[in-house]
Amino acid sequence: MSLAATQKKGFGAFLWDYLTTVDHKKIAHLYLAGGGFFFLLGGIEAVIIRIQLIKPENDFISAGLYNEMITMHGTTMIFLAAMPILLGLMNAAMPLQIGARDVAFPFLNSLGFWLFMFGGILLNLSWFLDGAPDAGWTSYAALAMDSPGHGVDFYVAGLQIAGAGTLMGGINFLVTVVTMRAPGMTYMRMPLFTWATFITSVLILFAFPALTINLFLLMFDRMFGTAFFDVSLGGNTIIWQHLFWIFGHPEVYILILPLFGLFSDVFSTFSRKRLFGYTAMVFATMLIAFLGFMVWAHHMFTVGLGPVANSIFAVATMAIAVPTGIKIFNWLATMWGGSVKINAAMLWALGFIPSFTIGGMTGVMLGSAVADFQYHDTYFVVAHFHYVIVGGTVFGIFCGLHYWWPLLFGKILNETMGKLTFWTFFIGFHLTFFIQHFLGLMGMPRRYWVFLENQGLDLGNLISTIGAFFMSFAVIVFLINIVHTAVKGEKAPADPWDGRTLEWATESSPPPYYNFKQLPLTRGLDPLWIEKTEGKGHMTPAEPLGDVHMPNGSFLPFLMSLGFFVAGLGFIYQTDEKLWYIALYGGMAFALLMMIIRSVKDDHGYYIKKEEFEREAE
Amino acid sequence: MIGRMGKFRALFLLGSLALILSGCGKENLTALVPKGYGSEASMNLIILTTVVMSFVFLAVIIPLVIVLLRFREKKGQEDFIPKQVEGNQTLETVWTVIPIILVIIMAVPTVIATFDLADTSEASEHININVTGNQYWWHFDYEDDGVQTSQDLYIPAGERVYLNMIAADVTHSFWVPTISGKLDVNPENVNTLYIEAYEEGVYWGKCAEFCGPSHSLMDFKVIVVSPEEYEQWLADMGNVNPDEVPGDAVAAEGKELFEEKSCMGCHAIGDSPGQVGPNLTNFGNRTTIAGILDPTKENLVDWIMDPESIKPGNLMTGKYPDLSDDEADKIAEYLLQLKETDVTPESAGN
Amino acid sequence: MSHDHSLYPETMPQNPEKATLEGKNKFLGLWFFLGGETVLFASLFGTYLALKDSTAGGPSSEELFGLELVFIMTVLLLTSSLTSVYAMYHMRNNDFKKMQLWLGITALLGIGFLGLEIYEFSHYITEYGFTFRSSAFGSAFYALVGFHGGHVTFGICWIIALMIRNARRGLNLYNAPKFNTYSLYWHYIDVIWVFVFTVVYLMGKVG
Repeated sequence: MSLAATQKKGFGAFLWDYLTTVDHKKIAHLYLAGGGFFFLLGGIEAVIIRIQLIKPENDFISAGLYNEMITMHGTTMIFLAAMPILLGLMNAAMPLQIGARDVAFPFLNSLGFWLFMFGGILLNLSWFLDGAPDAGWTSYAALAMDSPGHGVDFYVAGLQIAGAGTLMGGINFLVTVVTMRAPGMTYMRMPLFTWATFITSVLILFAFPALTINLFLLMFDRMFGTAFFDVSLGGNTIIWQHLFWIFGHPEVYILILPLFGLFSDVFSTFSRKRLFGYTAMVFATMLIAFLGFMVWAHHMFTVGLGPVANSIFAVATMAIAVPTGIKIFNWLATMWGGSVKINAAMLWALGFIPSFTIGGMTGVMLGSAVADFQYHDTYFVVAHFHYVIVGGTVFGIFCGLHYWWPLLFGKILNETMGKLTFWTFFIGFHLTFFIQHFLGLMGMPRRYWVFLENQGLDLGNLISTIGAFFMSFAVIVFLINIVHTAVKGEKAPADPWDGRTLEWATESSPPPYYNFKQLPLTRGLDPLWIEKTEGKGHMTPAEPLGDVHMPNGSFLPFLMSLGFFVAGLGFIYQTDEKLWYIALYGGMAFALLMMIIRSVKDDHGYYIKKEEFEREAE
Repeated sequence: MIGRMGKFRALFLLGSLALILSGCGKENLTALVPKGYGSEASMNLIILTTVVMSFVFLAVIIPLVIVLLRFREKKGQEDFIPKQVEGNQTLETVWTVIPIILVIIMAVPTVIATFDLADTSEASEHININVTGNQYWWHFDYEDDGVQTSQDLYIPAGERVYLNMIAADVTHSFWVPTISGKLDVNPENVNTLYIEAYEEGVYWGKCAEFCGPSHSLMDFKVIVVSPEEYEQWLADMGNVNPDEVPGDAVAAEGKELFEEKSCMGCHAIGDSPGQVGPNLTNFGNRTTIAGILDPTKENLVDWIMDPESIKPGNLMTGKYPDLSDDEADKIAEYLLQLKETDVTPESAGN
Repeated sequence: MSHDHSLYPETMPQNPEKATLEGKNKFLGLWFFLGGETVLFASLFGTYLALKDSTAGGPSSEELFGLELVFIMTVLLLTSSLTSVYAMYHMRNNDFKKMQLWLGITALLGIGFLGLEIYEFSHYITEYGFTFRSSAFGSAFYALVGFHGGHVTFGICWIIALMIRNARRGLNLYNAPKFNTYSLYWHYIDVIWVFVFTVVYLMGKVG
């Protein structure tokens, strides 16, 4: 491949390009497309849930189907929508923000994506094969063991494959940040989004293995007759709860920390002001991540762990409010005295502050163990985590998409439609979830297929459902916006927002596939801003023009993931029919073969010659 | 002083908002109007944390509003570059230290209440009831008094009752919002929860841990009666003769069918052997059928004929031979006449 | 600019495994990976500790374990760690033949360990009828020890594949990091075994 290869190609070539790409910017596209697809799927499931709950004793869907809906809504949104979209945003921006040409492990990066994609497809195939998993996204062991059919097996196999992909993504980002930073880009000059990516990757690295083991235990109990959760043979289902939340609580921070980083960049950019208290922000992020591993049992206050454990975890949970508070006040101080420009991206960031603050407040309230005896497993909790995950993560994703759309696709999303999306979503969101705090305290547990008449829960549920329609409308407007922008959108300049960080310092939007011809020299925090206000207006190169080393594309990640996908089906169905062992071993062997090919073939990548750059410049 | 005023105003606003939204819910279901020891302990902390957090909310919202009013980009000044501020040690210390103080204010009472509610050292001096959570019903065993019942839990007002809870199948959670917060009912260990209801009444109980298709239908009642009535109830329930043939002819036929169609294999009356399904000793006094339906004969016949359509995934479906409408009617008549005691939900006041 | 990765005595860098950016990345990436592995094993250890007394009437750890066999296994695996250090020493001296030799010995010791472990498991199954379906203790025991054994198996396959693929190529800057990451992984598996030995066997026999 050379520079000339950027010309127009046919659809087949286009498809092949994406199937084999190891370019972090194209992998970002893939993550966003895959995650976006699952986001819509999870959204449809959410609307079905809300329609079922629009009135008391509704029979819109059956109890079994309802349980499948809530399970798949939670699982899809967290594992297959939010996380991949975040990984997409990280892939799109982080390597550019540190002035790198690529990530440390481009091949692994691609493998991570395909494992996620095949894991997600496997999980969703359950709808068409044996019915979806129905034991909740938390899949507590006693109920999961009790669940008939193969639904929960799909949950286990799908998440195991997708989780392995996420772990690879995490390791890749960690190494990238440590070794690939451009000259002058010291740790304490990195943009907050890069910091957040780094710390989030640490969380992924230490949290996901607990889930891996947990899924492994459940898989063996369900498929091979072991007794980890079989009480009659001395098993213990509380182990599942512990391991699940040792993973699950850091997971919540995996979902929110990257957006904390993004919001820091966005507030700073659109206030035209340096981030207030940069050092405190970095350390607050680290502290939140650290505490995130210390609080898992606050999901288990009602399990009966005893007052000592409950007290320790209650206090640790409340302590997280301190670093989170520091962040919120530093964002306010960043805007204070600035020149705040309000556009669609900034609206999402501004809307995030009150929404997420409410989510944080209820988080502290939930941390008070005895109060939690009333909140636990009710709609209060449902309201709380939607305030955090929608008010934080989803707002952040929309913010990131508006902010980085030029970086991703070279065009700016339509502002009017962007604002319409924000306002309808914002109103719908509060309409849906605020009332749920009260529904919970009025006696409505979560995961209720129906609520009965005459229990005073009718009005609240109706309001909640109406809010869900507003949010659906907003998402539809956003989709129209994407199409409209793709067809008629204006071409974005390389630096459309008067940016401060290196992702806006490339020669064009979107950046060329080699990112930087010459690596930029960083002279401080907000390197581009420094050059614009105190320097020549553009980045000084840190190296003379020379050959640029690029990795080769590869189809192997796709094939490897396909192998695991087939093996996953084999695992699920071997309990019915021994012939499926062929798929199990066949898939494994195929994946192994692909790994051996990868190992045996020397892959040195290729070089873009200095002369090619010079020729192009003429 | 300003802080205190803010607190009270926030509390007032939040409280009135809740009231406007829909009162506080049903008085015998809501957690917002506590009528028991546990629910009161929770409510105290709910109020404390809500007040503190409302103060925090204002501390975030007020600066945000000021920013939006004062620091917007001005027309014609798009090129204005604000002063680049690195940070401010004093300010940053302030918004680190104040939250720490607030956390301590909330943490201390939380820890005290946590230890208080978990203290079961005096259990042997009080009433103990064994609770078993089943898919999708509750069993109550008054072991010390040799009495068993299901679905309606009778307890005396103003006395501590210790519930020793275990699950027969999957994890459940025992929750009577108005009287007490919840505690999980696990399959592997006995969890002890003590409850104390202040007033007589019939309170709604719910399963709060996802347990299968009919999780949302696993309701039960806690019937709080006076201590005298409670003693009476225990005595009456202990004197039941399961072999007694009802005087009513239809009901007598129903009893025969109840034995013949293998209902008895699962359902006990008094101390008869069936232990798989709910105990039916005082079925005629129950507030509901299957935990959710009004106690009418029509509903009972519907339930007997097709339980699956009412509680999906229940374990009764398919465990007995098909019945004709007439047979179901007779069994229903028999069951509804099982009123072994004069202490009924009506005794509790509502 | 030269893109040749071959090593010559005169241009040989001090640490060929970390001389390239790719080498550094691999080294660091494996360290991070091992961090994740630690959580993986910690979860299994936790599960084992929670379930080790749940024998459901089956044999307990005191009845099952014999320390002699496990001691020999420990010696084999710890020695293999030492031999892999020798191999890395020869890699840094650019002595490909000796490196291959010591790696071969490492692999053999690993296979010896694995053979004894398989013997141990089959002994439990045939003599005591103790399988991973017998009790929660059985499940937890085979999961933890078996997971470690799986890691040993993977390590053996890995090193054999590396030795074969590079038999003709010799040592160069492209494959030196591969050997180095393998050796790091192998040390890690040894360390885990020390914990398995202590927590499962010693504590199972004594307390």
